[in-house]
Amino acid sequence: MKESRVQKQKLITQKIAFGIFAAISFSVLFLSVLVVGFILVHGIMKLSPEFLFSKPEEGMMKGGILPAIVGTLLLVIGSSLVAFPIGILSGIYMNEYASKNYIHSTIQMMTNNLAGIPSIVYGLFGLALFVNSFGFGMSLISGCLTLGILVLPLVIRTTEEALKSIDDSFRWTSYSLGATKFETVFGVILPMAFPSILTSLLLSIGRIAGETAPIIFTVAAYYLPEISFSLSAQVMALPYHLYVMSTSGIDLNASREIAFGTALVLMILVLLLNLGLRLVKKFFQKRNS
Amino acid sequence: MKKRFYTLWENLIRASGFCSTLLVLSISFYLFREAYGLFRNSGVESGYSIFVHQSNPIQEFEPDTLRKIFNKDVRRWSEIGGIDERIEIFSLSDLEKKFKEEALGPDLQFVPEKVWEYSENKPAIIGYFPSKLLDSRHKTVAVRQIEFSDLVFGDSWFPASSPIASFGAASILLGSLWVSFGAILFAMPMGLVVAIYLAEIANPRMREISLHFIELLAGIPSVVFGFFGLVLVVPLLKDIFNLDQGESALAGSIILGIISLPTIISITQDAFLTIPKDIKASSLSLGATELQTIFFVLIPYAKSAIFAAMILGIGRAFGETMAVLMVTGNAAIIPESFFQPVRTITATIASELGEAPNGGIHYEALFVLGTILFVFTFLLNLIANFFVGKKS
Repeated sequence: MKESRVQKQKLITQKIAFGIFAAISFSVLFLSVLVVGFILVHGIMKLSPEFLFSKPEEGMMKGGILPAIVGTLLLVIGSSLVAFPIGILSGIYMNEYASKNYIHSTIQMMTNNLAGIPSIVYGLFGLALFVNSFGFGMSLISGCLTLGILVLPLVIRTTEEALKSIDDSFRWTSYSLGATKFETVFGVILPMAFPSILTSLLLSIGRIAGETAPIIFTVAAYYLPEISFSLSAQVMALPYHLYVMSTSGIDLNASREIAFGTALVLMILVLLLNLGLRLVKKFFQKRNS
Repeated sequence: MKKRFYTLWENLIRASGFCSTLLVLSISFYLFREAYGLFRNSGVESGYSIFVHQSNPIQEFEPDTLRKIFNKDVRRWSEIGGIDERIEIFSLSDLEKKFKEEALGPDLQFVPEKVWEYSENKPAIIGYFPSKLLDSRHKTVAVRQIEFSDLVFGDSWFPASSPIASFGAASILLGSLWVSFGAILFAMPMGLVVAIYLAEIANPRMREISLHFIELLAGIPSVVFGFFGLVLVVPLLKDIFNLDQGESALAGSIILGIISLPTIISITQDAFLTIPKDIKASSLSLGATELQTIFFVLIPYAKSAIFAAMILGIGRAFGETMAVLMVTGNAAIIPESFFQPVRTITATIASELGEAPNGGIHYEALFVLGTILFVFTFLLNLIANFFVGKKS
């Protein structure tokens, strides 16, 4: 009798505790809804074709944000070109070529540490190396190289993970049919890992699009209404534009409105990438099964 | 031909395997290279010299003393161990007041003579002039070079002040520590609870949906969080706590806590998911409730991974730039309460580097801050890597 009462009490305590756990978890989930919803509600009014596809006017207080959108797209494309080839090859090396000894673990440690370096430090590095030492100045190429280096560890690690998930039996089968190592990696393993690698690339693009600190000193322009595709020119970028509009403005209310619009565009861009990532995953999962 | 093509590719792959190592090395090299110059400098604007009267016994100035003299915090030589007379500051702008333009010569060629003339009979004089306008008769005094301890323990950050800049970053270093520890103080328990809920309590469907939301949170750029903090959290704090200014360490901690939550949750959750099922089963079979199992078996089992998650969370918060720049108020004072504005390392670099001339002393000082940031987060990562791989 007594024991069962104790047991009952314990179960009640557990129920209460689990209830609290669930409540806290839901509040964290609610946080993400709050951030997204808050910006959506305030920014949606600003979103119009005119805002998206025209140039800023009157010291950015009127007009649209086209140069910032184009700038961010250019940065994304440029830094992908820098990071993806090297990152994917490096991931292939780590999983397929490197023997699992101290060299492998050292490189792995370095990659992990590289991923943990604060983004502003990449900005300082980009400023010291590309802008000053190489003499590129503040330009699209400096920005792309800096951002490319920033996402490199992410690309390396996710490629490695993707390759790791391919079962070794495929490798042995390929070898047993007389294929060389190179043919096995590029003809069998890479095509199989392609969907996961693709999702990792989308993830990296989302990261590039939202970074602000590394581009402040390497490429971002405060106000540059003319769209230029030159590698040696500065560009405007969405995240930096958002920072500028939300912290320095003469007319706070008007600039806030634009800031909300910019924040929404930036967030939609990142969310679309997230969504695309999930669709790609689903598509390939369906095809494989 | 085909074989040569393969070898070429494989060599390329091998070479690119070392790119991350190479990058870490070159980042450290460039940061140190740009930062190093600060410690071969005294803070006096380059090209300028400090001189005193011949009879003044002083051999070398402490940077701090010199700053106090020019700020008029020290008014008499006796306060710093000299004669009992009022200090007279003499600089280029005084020269223009005291002498006519013609007397100085069209190319300022008579300036050394005039400076000498004026200061010759004034034992309490201290002068600050471009070195090329002084000659060998003036007793120029060296200023001690800046040391690392000045930077870490000094509390006045006036990187662009003239005649002597000061780089005491204590308030900035403390600001970063305060904000990131404040963030972890509430993000860690919350993250742990969410991880336990997802790994142990929630059903699979719920778990999958929740993970989508957390991925969403992780994907939002930090500048958007900063903006969110600026327009929602900051005014809210101002109203709730009746502050003069909502931009405070607390606002920074809240935003940074939210930013580091996904990191903490995903690492801790992974740790719980990799605990062998039989450990949980044996605890339950001994009559422990699930709650007891979680607290007395699973958490102790996963403790090193939980610790690693905390370290990585601190690192994430410590290195975050845009969000803190926008919500902490950026006042370079030693923090005393969470309701005060603070300034962090990252915010200082982001807001000042644009104004600091390339290669100048201010630029070097900001690189020193960047190097401190780099070394600190690097160490945190090493520690976390060690613990995340460790099995209990």
